Amino acid sequence: MSYRPVVRALGWLALLALLAGLGMAFGYAPREAVQGNVQRIMYVHVPAVLTAYLAFGLVLIGSIGYLASARMGWDRLAAAAAELGVLFTGITIASGSIWGRPTWGTWWTWDARLTSTAILFLVYVGYLLLRAMVEEPERRGRFAAVVGIVGAANIPIVHFSVKWWRALHQPSTILGPEPSPIAAPIALALLANWVAFTLLFAYFLARRVEIARLEDAALQGAVRAR
Amino acid sequence: MSGYARRVGIVLWKDLLVERRTKESLNALLFFGLLLLFLFQFSLGPDRAQVESVLPGLLWLGFVLAGLLGLGRSFLAERDNDCWEGLLLTPGDKSAIYLGKLASNLVLMTVVEALVLGLFVIFFDIDIRRALPGLFIVVALGTFGLATVGTLFAAMTANVRAREVLFPVLLLPVQVPVLLATVSATQVALAGQPLADARAWLQLLAAADLVYLVIGVLTFEFVLEA
Repeated sequence: MSYRPVVRALGWLALLALLAGLGMAFGYAPREAVQGNVQRIMYVHVPAVLTAYLAFGLVLIGSIGYLASARMGWDRLAAAAAELGVLFTGITIASGSIWGRPTWGTWWTWDARLTSTAILFLVYVGYLLLRAMVEEPERRGRFAAVVGIVGAANIPIVHFSVKWWRALHQPSTILGPEPSPIAAPIALALLANWVAFTLLFAYFLARRVEIARLEDAALQGAVRAR
Repeated sequence: MSGYARRVGIVLWKDLLVERRTKESLNALLFFGLLLLFLFQFSLGPDRAQVESVLPGLLWLGFVLAGLLGLGRSFLAERDNDCWEGLLLTPGDKSAIYLGKLASNLVLMTVVEALVLGLFVIFFDIDIRRALPGLFIVVALGTFGLATVGTLFAAMTANVRAREVLFPVLLLPVQVPVLLATVSATQVALAGQPLADARAWLQLLAAADLVYLVIGVLTFEFVLEA
């Protein structure tokens, strides 16, 4: 099977999964007792942040791969993942703001996890800015890879520093050490949306990498024709 | 190994010699530091209590801003007279150049910070005699963290478009943990408390310094090739 039909199938699969996730978030999952319907933002908020972390993990892998092998494929993976990571971090912050306004009474607060997410956002926006400033692909790949590695290694340091600095956000219920206290239907709807977001991410990533590959090929063709 | 240490020493000696003869960075940075103190005072107003509560933050803002200017300049001299090619032609591991540059940056920043601190004591009328040993440790760890990433990114951005903007945009988000840790630890030190109260922050700083140093040593060769 070739590349294109697989990607296309992935796209349709992501769309179906998103629709199913949306249906579960509104139809299947019960209304949360304390917060009411507002709580349903969680079905976007949590999958978005998990996807963003997945993306930044791929930036790290792509960066190390590029520095180790100097193959452009790794660089295209890192670049595509960074763009998507910034996008999903943006969705996380925006949805969190909308959720925070009715529940915490404020759009933004300097709580630990809000702050560390915002810092993460800034680091990878810087990464994208750097890419925009360097034209030569090989050099751009090397520089971006170094920033990608520094940024990823910094994530745990940011996490602890900001945690000690301030804490208001509810602790993570899914990734915590104790068994999750979430009701089963809510957890299931969340799982469905997480799978849907991951599929969507995979589709976007495949498409973005393909576009970058075509761009590079076209650039090389233009150079050769000259 | 002795050859490696010698190469580190040569880069350090070269940079210090250039700085001693031109005094380009040092004079400008000292004046800049003094200017910052005045600006802080003007923007905060004459209320003594208000200024006192934000002193640790102001001190580190001063260090970071002066550091941004100083570190950002550290590779600019290499662009003239084919010095960059000279660095590239240096035999052996390129990380020796990184360590040499890091050492010279540390010397420069330490001198600037010592004088800014002295001006702080005079202009804001604070008694730091008891805080001095603790402050010394905090400043040493914080400066090291700032300089490790700063030296790496300075080499990277030296030949990039919009360098003046890109360098701080890349460096500052990464340095947030260092800033949080140093400001908190400085608060403890200035309040005359034992430094053990800030142990967690100092451990975090030390860990961050180590991570940054290892990444800098491992990736420097990739940013040096222009």
